[in-house]
Amino acid sequence: MKEQLQALEKEALQKVEEAISLKELQDVRVAYLGKKGPITEVLRGMGKLSKEERPVIGELANKVRGQIADAIDSKKADIEAEELEKQLAEETIDVTLPGRPVPTGGPHLLTSIVEEIEDLFIGMGFEVREGPEVETDYYNFEALNLPKGHPARDMQDSFYITEDILLRTHTSPVQARTMNMIQGERPVKMICPGKVYRRDTDDATHSHQFTQIEGLYVDKNVRMSDLKGVLDRFAKQMFGEERQIRLRPSFFPFTEPSVEMDISCKMCNGEGCSVCKKTGWIEILGAGLVHARVLEMAGYDPKVYSGFAFGMGPERIAMLKYGVDDIRHFYTNDIRFLKQYHQA
Amino acid sequence: MFVSLNWLKKYVDIDQLSPEDLAERITKSGIEVEGLEHFASPANNVVVGYVESCDKHPNADKLNLCQVNVGDETLQIICGAPNIATGQKVAVAKPGSVLPGNFKIKKAKLRGVESNGMICSLQELGVEEKFVPKEFASGIFVFPEDAEIGVDVTEPLNLDDIIMELGLTPNRSDALSMLGVAYEVAAILDVPIRLPHTDYHTDEEKAADQVSLTVEAKEQNPYYGAFLVKDVKIGPSPLWIRNYLMAAGIRPINNVVDITNYVLLEYGQPLHAFDFDKLGSNEVVVRMANEGEKLVTLDDQERTLSSEHLVITNGKEAIALAGVMGGADSEVTEQTTTVLIEAAYFDGQTIRKASKEFDLRSEASNRFEKGVDPNRVRKAGERACQLLQDYAGATVLDGVVEYDQLDYSEKTVTIWTSTINDRLGTNISNDQMADILRKLNFNYEQDGETFTVYAPTRRQDIVIFEDMLEEVARIFGYDNVPFTLPSGGAQAGGLTKQQELKRHINQFLEGAGLSETVTYSLTSKERVTELVSPEVAEKMVSSVSLAMPMSEEHSTLRLSILPEMLSSVAYNLARKQANVAYYELGSIFISKEEKVTKQPDEQLRIAGALTGEWLTHPWQQEKKVVDFFVVKGILEALFESLNIDVTFSQAKVDGMHPGRTAQLFINDRAIGFAGQVHPQLQKDYDLKETFVFDINFDYILEIHENEPKFAKIPRYPSVTRDIALVVDQSVQAGALEATIAHAGGELIKDIQVFDVYQGEHLAEGKKSIAFSLFYQDPERTLTDDEVEASYQAILEAVGKEHNAELRG
Repeated sequence: MKEQLQALEKEALQKVEEAISLKELQDVRVAYLGKKGPITEVLRGMGKLSKEERPVIGELANKVRGQIADAIDSKKADIEAEELEKQLAEETIDVTLPGRPVPTGGPHLLTSIVEEIEDLFIGMGFEVREGPEVETDYYNFEALNLPKGHPARDMQDSFYITEDILLRTHTSPVQARTMNMIQGERPVKMICPGKVYRRDTDDATHSHQFTQIEGLYVDKNVRMSDLKGVLDRFAKQMFGEERQIRLRPSFFPFTEPSVEMDISCKMCNGEGCSVCKKTGWIEILGAGLVHARVLEMAGYDPKVYSGFAFGMGPERIAMLKYGVDDIRHFYTNDIRFLKQYHQA
Repeated sequence: MFVSLNWLKKYVDIDQLSPEDLAERITKSGIEVEGLEHFASPANNVVVGYVESCDKHPNADKLNLCQVNVGDETLQIICGAPNIATGQKVAVAKPGSVLPGNFKIKKAKLRGVESNGMICSLQELGVEEKFVPKEFASGIFVFPEDAEIGVDVTEPLNLDDIIMELGLTPNRSDALSMLGVAYEVAAILDVPIRLPHTDYHTDEEKAADQVSLTVEAKEQNPYYGAFLVKDVKIGPSPLWIRNYLMAAGIRPINNVVDITNYVLLEYGQPLHAFDFDKLGSNEVVVRMANEGEKLVTLDDQERTLSSEHLVITNGKEAIALAGVMGGADSEVTEQTTTVLIEAAYFDGQTIRKASKEFDLRSEASNRFEKGVDPNRVRKAGERACQLLQDYAGATVLDGVVEYDQLDYSEKTVTIWTSTINDRLGTNISNDQMADILRKLNFNYEQDGETFTVYAPTRRQDIVIFEDMLEEVARIFGYDNVPFTLPSGGAQAGGLTKQQELKRHINQFLEGAGLSETVTYSLTSKERVTELVSPEVAEKMVSSVSLAMPMSEEHSTLRLSILPEMLSSVAYNLARKQANVAYYELGSIFISKEEKVTKQPDEQLRIAGALTGEWLTHPWQQEKKVVDFFVVKGILEALFESLNIDVTFSQAKVDGMHPGRTAQLFINDRAIGFAGQVHPQLQKDYDLKETFVFDINFDYILEIHENEPKFAKIPRYPSVTRDIALVVDQSVQAGALEATIAHAGGELIKDIQVFDVYQGEHLAEGKKSIAFSLFYQDPERTLTDDEVEASYQAILEAVGKEHNAELRG
């Protein structure tokens, strides 16, 4: 019997070894370890053995049974691993093939610039205010110290609808409206972005419609040096910490003194190049201390209040910052142009 | 304003600075220097030569053989200029000289005869043709007789001059004169100024005996001065005057005209010269023109005048349009001997109106419009007399016939050092203040920190305290103003609810794959009525048009963003960009009046246009073309992100596909539409199948709640039941869904269409729509009976309302 068991063991292990699939392995398990298998048979015949032989054979039979089971388990693990490997090999894909595209959109470059500037001034305590694009002559001109017949009205030939209604030529009327609403009761600190319109023939540097952002701060004791400080923060955040600013006297009817702000040219670091026309400086915006008459008209006592105002063109800033060479690009909406600035 | 630096040097010393540095200083102090240009270029080995003889070239008809004395030698030169003659003094480029354009002059043989140099025209020396005096325009330049033989021509022809172009703001009309610029430069550089002299001898004959003056239009003409000069010999003006005029961009004509132009530039005071013998009378009357009065101006145009125009008359008829242009009849000509010089102050508004109306903008009208210096009017007349005496052989009659009601007073402005410092944020001392006023050449009285400033009449722009604040700031230097941040109370900045919502919608649509556009607000009259949302069309009475559009294309304010956006889409299509998905958030302009008298309502709209492929993945053979449901899906998700319920219902909208358009409603209020553009209109715009939407942003803002409310996360499982219904093809899914939602009861949390089918196994004219129904009770687990009851109720309701049957 002992020999019989040993022969069975040898035979079974041989079969396990030869099995190449989980199915064959299962067949081996059933054949040798199943209820009708030869080992069970042997154990069943143990009744015929002597009292002394019984535990020896019993032990041997269990051992053989264990050996076979272990061999099957181990072989099973091997086959499973092999099969998994085969499955994974079959599932391999070419990861260099293009992925499924997701539709992507994005903001218009002008919106990006305007929002960047809005956020920057919000950080300095400014509110963002908007107003109508179709304005009255009063708010667009008269309230800003530009009475009828003023020669400076030539500077901005306008689109009139009636004698008294026109497309706003700047966003300053929003400032006039805001001050008028508050009537000198508290300080005003605001910026107003928006579309403006002028009678210009569209070409590389002119557009009959464009964008403006104007700022206004009216309070007690507002100084020219405050304007310089605020504009310096703006220039450095917008164009880089290395940028210097300078103010030059200029003229606007609604500010006195009036200045223009230049920043040091980024291309040449102020050395002079073709971008800055060899001056080392690039004109960015106009500003000044709010004209006493403008304050007065809006109900602010110029003896108590003073203020500064500034205005800039996002198109110009975008053109400088990103090298856009033609203002018409902003309004043609060529998808190839728009997409260039979706990450801007 | 073009400023010749050589001319400027007559009044102020600027040699301490390079032209570039000078330009920089002027720019930083208030007047922008827009350009620095060389007038010509210094001559190289070109001298004044004397033509000793001039004979025909033996072998060429059109060439002359000249012997030219150039001081140290006599050169044989062949010259083809038609105006060459013996006895002339000319500019001779000697062999070895190099003319502008790198043109090298060498000894040469022309038709067998030796030529040792070239006799030059001004153009060949680098002067722009348009400034060259007419008599020399097509030939060589001829020097006056007193030119010194052998000297380099650079200085006598002003070839080394540099022209500074000033960009003047409207307030700085004082710099429309060489003297004004000189005062500015003197203040900046702190150097003294030299004024020109105006002394001349006068004849015994009195001007007042020859001419009388009446000014009727006193308001428009507060000063009129008439100077008379006789024995005038018309001829070329001296070379230096011609040089400076050319440098300033004015072509020399003759001595009388050149002198009036010279004084105009020097003093900023326009003058007019009348041929006194052609005046037609011995009187000058200044009055407003009669309605319909005619005048032939110097440019030979007949002008019809009105009572708004100021004219100079001879007592009977107009002889000049005051301040704008003289009359042809009294023009100075070669034969003129007696000249009446007009030096006057005309009202700026009056001149502006006339020059604008006749489109006659001139150096003179420009200065009158902006206001001339009262103290220079008579002075300029005197300066002209002096120059005419010196350079036109004139005898000046005694006295000036004048009418004078001009205000010569200087404006008084009081400033305080402390107030100046408060406004600028500076620390300027009283002494510095005084020094600044001295540099500006302003008279003032000082009492401690109080300065009473008398603004000179040349600076008409200085009226109030702030004007002086600016003067102090610019001379003190903005670079010297410190950087500070506002000390006022802290204020929280921020966006309004509207701006926040705008940004949310922008970001959502961008994330959904749309690109933002910015289109023009002005569209054409034809396009403006296209694709107007029904609820807008209902409200508006007229579209808002410009009184004077620049083009028909941009003449009317939009009532929808879509027409201009579709033009942009077509622009892309024409450039082989077939896949476009756009949105824009912008205003439309709704007028509720027949004829616009007030500002129109401005309403913000969100519009979009999509065409071409939406999603493609070629190697996986996937391709999704934009259709109605792509657009609807984006809008549904947008409204979901805003937590707003929106319904879509079939609608007819002008310009839209009748079967593929929906109107959108929130709380039963129409807020816009979405769908496919009508094929006819697509064709009209050169578009392929294009889907659009247009929605009222303002209404969304009105009802949008910023704060989402917390809802419990359900702890009990949901039950799903599917239901497939067979209905007539005309029954819409939305209607079925509404019935299901109503009949199904509160336990139904969601209803989704998962299949739409028509064709085989279904009767003709029928379709099947299958829904998944999601049941849930947040408080407990649902029983089968409850769900079944709801299901049966639904079946009954759809059967009754839509004749729907359960699909077998």
